[in-house]
Amino acid sequence: MNAPTKPGDIKNSGDSTVLDAGDVLLNIENVSLRFGGVKAVSDISFNVLKGEIRAIIGPNGAGKTSMLNVINGFYRPQEGKITFRGKVRRSMKPHQAVGQGIARTFQNVALFKGMSTLDNIMAGRATRMTSNIFLQMIWHGPAMREEIDHRQKVEEIIDFLEIQHIRRTPVGRLPYGLQKRVELARALAMEPDLLLLDEPMAGMNLEEKEDMSRFILDVNQQYGTTIALIEHDMGVVMDLSDRVVVLDYGRKIADGLPEEVQKNQEVIDAYLGVPH
Amino acid sequence: MLYRTAGQFKTSYQSDQALFPVRQDAFLLIFFLLLAYVVFPLTASEFTFKALLVPVLIYSLASLGLNILTGYAGQLSLGTAGFMGVGAYACYKITTIFPELNFVIALALSGFFSAAIGVAFGLPSLRIKGFYLAIATLAAQFFLVWLFEKWSWLYNDNASGAIEVRTMDMFGLTVTGPTASPVVQYYFVLVAVTVVFWLSINLTRGRYGRMWKAVRDMDIAAELVGINLMRAKLTAFAVSSYIVGIAGALMVFLWKGAAEPNLFDIPLSFQILFIAIIGGLGSILGNFLGAILIVALPVIINLIPGMLGLSVNVATLEHINVMIIGALIVTFLIVEPHGLARFWAVIREKLVIWPFPH
Amino acid sequence: METLYKIFIDPFVQMAAAPDFLLQVLWEGLVSGVLYALIALGFVLIFKSSRIFNFAQGIMVVFAALTLVGLYEAGLPAWAAVPVTLGVMYLLAMTVERVVLRPLVNQPDIVLFMATIGITLFLIGFGEFVFGGENKIMITEQLGIPTGAFELEPFGGFVLIEQKDLTAVGMAIVLVVGLLIFLNKSSMGRAIRALGDDHQAALSVGISLSTIWVLVWFIAGVIALVTGIVWGARAGVSFALEVIAYKALPVLMLGGLESVSGAIIGGIAIGLLEKLFEIYWGQPLLGGNTETWFAFIFALIVLLFRPQGLFGERIIERV
Repeated sequence: MNAPTKPGDIKNSGDSTVLDAGDVLLNIENVSLRFGGVKAVSDISFNVLKGEIRAIIGPNGAGKTSMLNVINGFYRPQEGKITFRGKVRRSMKPHQAVGQGIARTFQNVALFKGMSTLDNIMAGRATRMTSNIFLQMIWHGPAMREEIDHRQKVEEIIDFLEIQHIRRTPVGRLPYGLQKRVELARALAMEPDLLLLDEPMAGMNLEEKEDMSRFILDVNQQYGTTIALIEHDMGVVMDLSDRVVVLDYGRKIADGLPEEVQKNQEVIDAYLGVPH
Repeated sequence: MLYRTAGQFKTSYQSDQALFPVRQDAFLLIFFLLLAYVVFPLTASEFTFKALLVPVLIYSLASLGLNILTGYAGQLSLGTAGFMGVGAYACYKITTIFPELNFVIALALSGFFSAAIGVAFGLPSLRIKGFYLAIATLAAQFFLVWLFEKWSWLYNDNASGAIEVRTMDMFGLTVTGPTASPVVQYYFVLVAVTVVFWLSINLTRGRYGRMWKAVRDMDIAAELVGINLMRAKLTAFAVSSYIVGIAGALMVFLWKGAAEPNLFDIPLSFQILFIAIIGGLGSILGNFLGAILIVALPVIINLIPGMLGLSVNVATLEHINVMIIGALIVTFLIVEPHGLARFWAVIREKLVIWPFPH
Repeated sequence: METLYKIFIDPFVQMAAAPDFLLQVLWEGLVSGVLYALIALGFVLIFKSSRIFNFAQGIMVVFAALTLVGLYEAGLPAWAAVPVTLGVMYLLAMTVERVVLRPLVNQPDIVLFMATIGITLFLIGFGEFVFGGENKIMITEQLGIPTGAFELEPFGGFVLIEQKDLTAVGMAIVLVVGLLIFLNKSSMGRAIRALGDDHQAALSVGISLSTIWVLVWFIAGVIALVTGIVWGARAGVSFALEVIAYKALPVLMLGGLESVSGAIIGGIAIGLLEKLFEIYWGQPLLGGNTETWFAFIFALIVLLFRPQGLFGERIIERV
């Protein structure tokens, strides 16, 4: 393990369970999610092991994003059990997911457009800052010390993702590729155990994709962060991920090593379409 | 040349996060503080105090309160005047029930009442969003004014239904009431405004400011990065209403001297909203700029016919004033939706690189 | 115990004891409800077609009425004043589109909302500047609106129904039916609904944004004029009427911002309930004048249970 000052390091909030690489970090059992009569996800089970990169793939509308939303508590599934770090999770509010060590990025960039890059990433540390509102008003003293501590961590992430030059720029003005990177930085600032990436490479050109792939691998290897990602670029998925789960119409149709999944007939059918 | 930042290096995060990382900004602030604390008191006439300086300060304070809620946290409020009224009536009751209490303490306490009412009417914001939320603050506005009228205990059962400020002393100086000198009142308001602004600046540049802005820019994402929406919104309502309440109390106690319930009717709410919009939502400086414009405009409009040798009646001038403010708002939204504060920011950016434009 | 009795039992005893008075109260409530509904209707139309929360709708009512009376006072006969006022409303729609809406296309909703507050203020200042700020009397008789009253005697009691109120309700029904036919059957109506769904998509199939906007604001202006005439006949014409403009907001919230039928039902519901509350609870228990806030608090409470309003569509949040 790295020294505790490194971003992405695991020293998480009060949970004493220490997991080794290869243990089950997140286990999903028979989860179903409905919106009225529409089944977005039905009876899905899979797990994510600590330290791996797990890809979730499938055609459009397969329920991938809904699955991520379930994992970080934005949607509450009607059925099923979710175990995170060995504990069965009760229903919770989305903001509590961060406290448990789950961070994510979004399919359509969800940054705070009116704020600078630095402020966006600092916002990712919201749960870790504790000085109360009165100390904040006085500023000098504990509040400022805390701000500077967190600023140091954030600057490390900024260095790591090579976005020093846009530190002060309002993110609304940044090109799409950089916005995606800032979003990753914000997620890293939460120092998650499990990082959920929703199409981190959508709409990027080749060069940007290569950069992003490098960052994802670096995050995984240097900080040991477990990653679950949704991606449509099969080349990227096959290269990056350790294991792949395939969804189609809200059901799981395959689960396994990238090369196994690639050969699976049902997966090929789902992507190419077969006459029913 | 004047605003060149080259050569000012930051060697620590502390200095980088200072309020004025650029030295010239600090000089400018000192200049304006000198103006406010030394030059104006020495030169201003009683009319200037009562019609310009004190109103600007009090309106900018109310606008700051609204700005924290609407400009920073993104929760539209149309009920500012109602909350100002709560502050004023609370202060009135506190000073009647505890006549010996120091006025500063009474003032500070009265803010807590408006904060509590603000939080109560802010609770719906957890379920209702956007325009639908405007209804909650409007409900507060109309209900509170009605309450000020009907609940005679609030105005000590006066026959007139109005509250009148009695004379109060502090450190041997008369601060409130008809005999108080305008300079003393001006200084009192000035110090109060300075303190509240300083605290608010600290609040908005740190954790809470980021939380609020995150909620404003995208509340779903804010929640998913771990920001507790309930806490963010309710603190915004509390802080905002506290400041607005203080502004209301100051308005009655150190400026108007008396108040009827209809003082806190919806036109005042809109006036404060316009100050915030014209000054710039999400800006601290903008509150002053907006207040200066809104307070000075009618004064200037009143002077113009005299200078041109025309005689126009007062009501007509009032109508023209309303028209101009309406047109100004539309113009601002079209030309610069971020208000006067953004104008200054643009000018400053130009000055920094002047005279070398690249 | 006494208080509980006064709140929960006594008002109903009163209603049962004097059913004719209750009917009178309900009728009054219905008439103001219809007027609230009309204001809300103009608003819904603009919101549907442009996503603009038009705060100025209520003021347009006053402005239209003031223009009508002002023109009459300036010497124009009543039959001519109406079309000229309509012309003024069309001019207003065009000016708003050209000067305010067009430069603000694609701005966030809140900016457009603030702009309509600017328009509101400008109209108040302009109206008072041109026509003076004092209260005016609506030219009811000159427009041929009957001013007599019917006296009914149900339950052996006595109910007074003014003919101008009856006219108001009749005009409102005609207006609403006409509007619904226009929206649902004509191609213009379809274009308006298409714009409301998706600007870009509507533009790409050749719908002209500015034509539709002018049209919609003009229709809102016509609705405003009708509302102004019937309301003015009841209460006189001045900007003091702007209070009723604010009433349209809770009506809208209750009905859902986009629903025509929601606006109508919400308007009537609020008109009836606030009257009932004022007469049977407000005056005896709270010192009266509760009509200033009842609609807002009521809408707020309903919204707490249904954040999208009674007729709005349920919102599913996505990321």
